[in-house]
Amino acid sequence: MAQSEQEILEGLAEIVNEETGIETDSVELDKSFTDDLDIDSLSMMTIVVNAEEKFSVRIPDDEVKNLKTVRDAVTFIHTAQG
Amino acid sequence: MGILEGKRLIITGVLMDTSIAFHVAKIAQQEGAQVVLTSFGRTMKITSTIAKRLPTTPPVIELDVTNQEHLDSLAERTTEHLDGVDGVLHSIGFAPLGAFSFMDGTWDDVATAMQASAYSLKALAVAALPLMSAGGSLVGLTFDAKFAWPVYDWMGVTKAAFESTNRYLARDLGKLHHIRSNLVSAGPLRTTAAKSIPGFEEFEKVWGNRAPLGWDITDPVPAAKACAALLSDWFPATTGEIIHVDGGVHAMGQ
Repeated sequence: MAQSEQEILEGLAEIVNEETGIETDSVELDKSFTDDLDIDSLSMMTIVVNAEEKFSVRIPDDEVKNLKTVRDAVTFIHTAQG
Repeated sequence: MGILEGKRLIITGVLMDTSIAFHVAKIAQQEGAQVVLTSFGRTMKITSTIAKRLPTTPPVIELDVTNQEHLDSLAERTTEHLDGVDGVLHSIGFAPLGAFSFMDGTWDDVATAMQASAYSLKALAVAALPLMSAGGSLVGLTFDAKFAWPVYDWMGVTKAAFESTNRYLARDLGKLHHIRSNLVSAGPLRTTAAKSIPGFEEFEKVWGNRAPLGWDITDPVPAAKACAALLSDWFPATTGEIIHVDGGVHAMGQ
């Protein structure tokens, strides 16, 4: 079932927190995964895989490089859920 | 009955569901095998999540093939899940970025690549050997090391050592234990491992045009099927071999 962008943001923040320890409140839409949240490629891979499970979507490897900000990821997941 | 009915397999190298090893595990389960996966360090979490996408979720045990303690305890830790091992898939490779520049690669770069990507075949065989018996099968994945490829550089040299290691394992595992050792030489596949090779797209361009059967860089199933076949009893007198699953490129001239 499609979730709101706010629900996706909250769910994504939990995944980021679990992988990196970053406070969920810090996972804001305009933050960059690499520059602001300092997430490396392996953590990003873990986050993507867990997001696929949590939101029942597939995020192709080729798409991951386009997910630069939290907003990019939330929008992609929201669209993919239809 | 599947070709791997009752077989007990250790499968290394499952990271994402695009991994060749993921598809070997999937086919193996579909063909009746019991599977244990290995992973290590921070990738354990990814492998454990991806493992749930297999027909049956297998256990994941930790194995860094460059860690002697991990190797020494592999057999004991595997027996928590399997009462013996009939086959092992080696799908492991690592080279520091410097190794992908032939003239600039340092010995440290090359030594790291050589241990993780070539010597590890022997190390893994020795680690699994206490659980294996006559008829067992070791299978690894190579990228045709007869040629100098663009960008592959010291990883190509490492694969040449890997292919030679396979032949020596065929000798010693065959004579002493009647266990086979073979490799599958796959064409380029767009896996996580491949994407970490700078300039990998150089391979992608030429392969499809040169392969008489064509080649799909996004489809790991043909290579995985060959691995499954080599892990089965259907190649009982084949060892030290390299089966090319590359659309036929290895047999073509320019």
